[in-house]
Amino acid sequence: MLGAGVLAACAAAMPQRGTGDLGVIIERAAGRIQVVETTGMTRLATVDGLGDLSHASVVFSRDGRYAYVFGRDGGLSRVDLLTARITHRVMQAGNSIGGAILQDGSVVAAQNYAPGGIRLFDAATLEPLADIPAIGADGKRSKVVGLVDLPGKRLAASLFESGEIWIIDAADPRHPKIDKLRAGKQPYDALATPDGRWYLAGLFGEDGLALVDLWADPPVARKVLSGYGKSEAALPVYKMPHLRGWAMAQGMAWLPAIGHHEVLIADTANGWKQAGSVPTAGQPVFVMARPDGRQVWVNFAYPDNGTVQVIDTATRKVVRTMQPCKGVLHMEFTPKGEALWLSCRDDNRVEVYDTATFDRLATLPADNPSGIFFTVRAQRFGM
Amino acid sequence: MLVRGIAALAACVVGAVAVAGEPPPARALQLAHLLRDDCGACHGMTLQGGLGPPLTAAALAGKPAEGLAATVLHGRPGTAMPPWQPFMTQDEAAWLIERLQAGTPPTIPPANALSGR
Repeated sequence: MLGAGVLAACAAAMPQRGTGDLGVIIERAAGRIQVVETTGMTRLATVDGLGDLSHASVVFSRDGRYAYVFGRDGGLSRVDLLTARITHRVMQAGNSIGGAILQDGSVVAAQNYAPGGIRLFDAATLEPLADIPAIGADGKRSKVVGLVDLPGKRLAASLFESGEIWIIDAADPRHPKIDKLRAGKQPYDALATPDGRWYLAGLFGEDGLALVDLWADPPVARKVLSGYGKSEAALPVYKMPHLRGWAMAQGMAWLPAIGHHEVLIADTANGWKQAGSVPTAGQPVFVMARPDGRQVWVNFAYPDNGTVQVIDTATRKVVRTMQPCKGVLHMEFTPKGEALWLSCRDDNRVEVYDTATFDRLATLPADNPSGIFFTVRAQRFGM
Repeated sequence: MLVRGIAALAACVVGAVAVAGEPPPARALQLAHLLRDDCGACHGMTLQGGLGPPLTAAALAGKPAEGLAATVLHGRPGTAMPPWQPFMTQDEAAWLIERLQAGTPPTIPPANALSGR
């Protein structure tokens, strides 16, 4: 009762405003999110009671008002950013890592490790619409990774154990139709390009990535960048790279090389053939392009997770190496990329950098921050 | 009497397995961070599992501690489990396994988690 009163007070204090400069910071250990704004670089509110957010991710309604927060414990919450309140919440699985929102904003999809599968929900009410068990060609349930939204009210996802890519037509969300493709060994994450044409899944079990041209009818998966890093032995991987949060710049895809200290460059107009690579300070986790494509920012797996590097895409060289703090977990650009926010998990703060001068613009205290998500994602495929 | 006997026996068994004993507090805190944040990257911060299997006492029940410690130190070929030998000693791996199997994995105190506030 007291909690509700405090929440109401917070809500009343929030002035009328738009949502284009809003965002969410996950406080992973506290099960809480911060609602932030990127214009004045301030925290507006916090929202508690979101469960286990240790690998939480967020998608946004197309009006940028509602954040759908996917908790590790299977909790899915719809948070109103303007009133800083949870409007709806369901426990939809035992172990979940993220989700997607359909092209028209009507359906939210969750990807689950346990029980392995995908579930569809009405975006306005979180009413369950469909349950898609990820039973692969091996007859067993797989963990689902790399769920993204695509043009044509479709979704794509990958099955870790069975090595498949599923393309899901969710135009009728109570009766989704599924195309099943062979991907390769152990897809660990995937991305959709910003135009929604290509779906690319990273493979842990083999060198290379699985690529699907979604403009092909029917879509087929083929292997690209096979045998990258063949000349040197792959290193142990202490954190799986994330592909979501893609880097497309200069017509090229910039990708983390799993098990190697480099970023791969693939020429999307030339069969996704490798067009080069950039040596880095560690094994890349996130490789993210500034919205204008001039820079690519990279963070790294343990034990190099205190370092961030910036690649100039014109010269393909690292132009800046920074040690912002211990445990850099995530990065997010402002909508037009003049600033980058990064989370310092072990130092309990979020840093904001000017991407032109690399000066630090602001520091926001945050309890074990992990993911940072801005509402600009609402207007992008695969985010 | 019987209960006390079992308790004493249990103490002996624990004592026998815990060849390493407790690491110093500062190192134990580092290992807690390593467990929650870095092992947790795959096994989950709460150790309930993720891309990697859960590390709960129930999940590890009946598995020989030495084998588990060897997996931690040397990894498991053919899976995503990497070798952690560069970052901890054999005794520290044994201590982590002992704590995990006992269902009392080291935690990060909230005061520490909030130190930046």
